Amino acid sequence: MSTGWPLYEVFLRGKRGLNHVHVGSLHAADAQMALRHARDLYTRRNEGVSIWVVAAGDITASSPDEKDPFFDPSGDKVYRHPTFYKIPDDVPHM
Amino acid sequence: MTETLEEHFDATIEHDRRIEPRDWMPDAYRKTMIRQIAQHAHSEIIGMQPEGNWITRAPSLRRKAILIAKVQDEAGHGMYLYSAAETLGADRAELTEMLISGRQKYSSIFNYPTLTYADVGVIGWLVDGAAICNQVPLCRSSYGPYARAMVRICKEESFHQRQGYELLMTMVRGTDAQREMVQDATNRFWWPSLMMFGPPDDQSPNTAQSMAWGIKRHTNDELRQRFVDMTVPQAQKLGVTLPDPELKWNEQRGHHDFGPVDWDEFMAVIKGNGPCNAQRIEHRRRAHEHGAWVREAADAHAGKGQR
Repeated sequence: MSTGWPLYEVFLRGKRGLNHVHVGSLHAADAQMALRHARDLYTRRNEGVSIWVVAAGDITASSPDEKDPFFDPSGDKVYRHPTFYKIPDDVPHM
Repeated sequence: MTETLEEHFDATIEHDRRIEPRDWMPDAYRKTMIRQIAQHAHSEIIGMQPEGNWITRAPSLRRKAILIAKVQDEAGHGMYLYSAAETLGADRAELTEMLISGRQKYSSIFNYPTLTYADVGVIGWLVDGAAICNQVPLCRSSYGPYARAMVRICKEESFHQRQGYELLMTMVRGTDAQREMVQDATNRFWWPSLMMFGPPDDQSPNTAQSMAWGIKRHTNDELRQRFVDMTVPQAQKLGVTLPDPELKWNEQRGHHDFGPVDWDEFMAVIKGNGPCNAQRIEHRRRAHEHGAWVREAADAHAGKGQR
């Protein structure tokens, strides 16, 4: 249980070939302890082969308030998707 | 501005999408969510005690290892949930303080004592069985971090229930005295397990709002009925009698009818007058205080690394 221990976010690689995925957070006095606690807390049943811990304060995140304008640039570029292009059905391997 | 934010929140809920930590949400939603998650976290933490009581007296190394793993899981579940509560702005140290000062509640079931080793089995079977009934729908809670924590928890609870049932199957194949222990434990835990689903629907004023917000997916009575229907055949297979003379299959309803729950007892236990309320909180407070030197030592060590 924390006194004033900082919060760490925990990321797990489930198995080789997969990305690390955020699984939760925990408090620890320092990064080494965070890593050990993450092992005990989030991998009791072989859920991971690799762990990252990141001090929550070090994460810069996009703000939900500006979510729409922030992601607008990708909204109107339908030509980035393969379905934008009409190709006759009888053209093979497309 | 508030109106568009609120509209956005309502639309998210309406489309059964998830609310995420930094989204705008109504104060009442945030407060209700914090209370629900904290109460659930506290239940996991206090829930370590009734079974922890039997670790040193488990009858074999195998049973001891299983019980330790289970109690460790309860601690883990508490941590997942505290972590989810913190995404809403709750403070971890404050949550601990709220528990040990009695300002936040935990599930009333953990205020009953574990008198024999059969209780360990019956807790896995009935108490964890009821918890699973309650928790599976919460994997679809509208609050993302809570829903994700519940997915992890439900996977692990399945082991809890099965180890309990297997323990009981072993005991009922044993001596008469062992069978009596199983029946006695069932008699003591059956009604408190039904109480775990909370007061009847007509006495649960917050249910409608919670259902509208997608933080509750079924009413208390629906879940209680589901649990009874699930449990009856399990009891038959085990050869124990559920202590309710009114319990019988109702062909027309397609469900089991069952007798009235003693809601006066439920309210008394909630208000702090259960058999073990004081003991549970006192134990948690003592453990927290006795752990102070560990936290201080870790702080000192972390400070040394930074210099």
